[in-house]
Amino acid sequence: MTRGPTLFNRISVFLGLGFLYAPIVLLVVYSFNASRLVTVWGGFSTKWYAALLKDQQMLDAIWITVRLGLISATAATVLGTLAAVALVRSGRFRGRTLFTGMLQAPLVLPEVILGLSLLLLFVAMGLQRGFWTVAVSHATMTLCYATVVIQARLVSFDRALEEAAQDLGCPPIRAFFLVTLPGIAPAVAAAWMLAFTLSLDDLVIASFTAGPGSTTLPMRIYSQVRLGVNPEINAVSTLLIAIVTLGVGIATLVQRRPKGVPRG
Amino acid sequence: MNDPARPRLNIGAIRESFAPWADPNAAPLVRFEGVYKQFGDETAVKGVSFDIYEGEFFALLGPSGCGKTTLMRMLAGFEAPDAGRVSLGGQDLAGQPPHRRPVNMMFQSYALFPHLSVEQNIGFGLSQQGLPRAEIRARVEETLALVKLEGLGRRRPHQLSGGQRQRVALARAIAPRPKMLLLDEPLAALDKKLREETQFELMRLQQTLGMTFLIVTHDQEEAMVVADRIAVMSAGEIAQIGRPAEIYETPNSRYVADFIGDVNLFEGRVTGADGTKVRLGSNDCPAGLEALEDDHLAMGSPVWLAVRPEKLKLHLDPPGETANRLSGKVVDYGYLGDWTTYVVELASGRTVRAAVANVSRLVERPIGYGDPVWLTFAPDGAVVLTR
Repeated sequence: MTRGPTLFNRISVFLGLGFLYAPIVLLVVYSFNASRLVTVWGGFSTKWYAALLKDQQMLDAIWITVRLGLISATAATVLGTLAAVALVRSGRFRGRTLFTGMLQAPLVLPEVILGLSLLLLFVAMGLQRGFWTVAVSHATMTLCYATVVIQARLVSFDRALEEAAQDLGCPPIRAFFLVTLPGIAPAVAAAWMLAFTLSLDDLVIASFTAGPGSTTLPMRIYSQVRLGVNPEINAVSTLLIAIVTLGVGIATLVQRRPKGVPRG
Repeated sequence: MNDPARPRLNIGAIRESFAPWADPNAAPLVRFEGVYKQFGDETAVKGVSFDIYEGEFFALLGPSGCGKTTLMRMLAGFEAPDAGRVSLGGQDLAGQPPHRRPVNMMFQSYALFPHLSVEQNIGFGLSQQGLPRAEIRARVEETLALVKLEGLGRRRPHQLSGGQRQRVALARAIAPRPKMLLLDEPLAALDKKLREETQFELMRLQQTLGMTFLIVTHDQEEAMVVADRIAVMSAGEIAQIGRPAEIYETPNSRYVADFIGDVNLFEGRVTGADGTKVRLGSNDCPAGLEALEDDHLAMGSPVWLAVRPEKLKLHLDPPGETANRLSGKVVDYGYLGDWTTYVVELASGRTVRAAVANVSRLVERPIGYGDPVWLTFAPDGAVVLTR
């Protein structure tokens, strides 16, 4: 059965990928357009990237977005690891199913609802909206993704390794850092990358929870597009795509087992 | 199996003089007293009591699910008894977490730390004790030599063969010099030849270190070879404790007789007992059965006679009219090289296994299917069992 893909398969793959990636390819190509008009090709140029470097508002938005990603991804990964350990290691405690369900519900919860409820919470608490409210919201949003990724790895992690460490005189918490964490490190890293990229391209939740001076890059892009698309937006979007692709790529690579390492 | 070049060690069954359990004044190292353990609806351990003495090689033997691993995990601190006491050196272990107990365990899966080198694995317990680096290094080297893994210290576990990994696991457990080493099915993953070699390795190691070993195994041969004493377990209880030869030659129940090695069981009723011998009437043997037994058994009480296959003598011509004379037909046989096992069907319908040592390379009169044969055994070759 070494037949290659049939013509039908080839066409379907081509159409499917085309449908997914044609708009993105178009955006990337037009970011190198010399013309000011977005839809008319005027020759190759990188001048919009140069213009981007001079656009202070855009640079501020990029810096805010990156800081948000770093902080919220780190918080989500730490909390996600704790939640995953609690779910996998505590056996069957009361309300385990409920806890699991509640952790995973935000995966399917509409972002608008999550954004709105976070906004109501911050208003009720009398918090000034700004950078930190977005950071907390992003940590909330990405926590469930991080938990699911780490949990999957922890399930297949041999419990006997922790027992062996304890048996050799290592207290449980130190055993976690010396033995368990190195074992699940790829998943923890992948969870962090995933959380970081999710935070990077979030528009909905940030729109609800941001305040003055905490405009993120997706928010900036969206507001500019409403005034009319310009090639600078294409350039910054291309950069965003590059970072997200890199993030997802790294997450996939670190999740892979190194060659030659047997399971268990 | 026995390498003549190797110095003779006082090992296994040869250590006849080592018997601290027979000394009423000896204090045990480990004592289980009326230990119970329940998992859900299942009672894994039902009131088990036994002692293990300093320097002993003790085996817990039984089929899977008999509670032997649970007992070992209680000693390591991974399970707590629901009732009863487990003590080490006279001190109750209750409430002591695994990392404070002076016992180390070798796990069935080996549980080697994949991200650490062989040296770091072996030194793990030592560094937990906070020993200086130089000392850890020296102790690791010494332990590597002890398990014959010199030169492999820098490898990662996944770069080792199964047998080498087994040695690393062993080295890691003995490196901190625990009061006691717990071995959970340590040889289960090895092939037969390596397993036999490693059994002798373990005995040598136990003697050189003078450490107390507790092994959990379902392999009766393994337990017989390595252990000073064996506790045979059945469904959460200890069926019998004794030296390997005691367990094999004088089992106290049909369960033990059947679990350890092959056995033929004849059912009968007591027809006579004089304090040295007992006579039985049995459907299997019209001539009557006879065995040595100093207990005065009640006339007519139901008993079983256990006879090991190698204790039966096979005759091609009818022997004289004596007790313990069985006759039947060969229905099957298996040639094992050193032994041939014959399956003989008696007139009563019961099948009996007889093992015949192949002392000569020449087969004088081959025995085939359906051939009539006679079996006899000496009264001292049989054990009378009442349960």
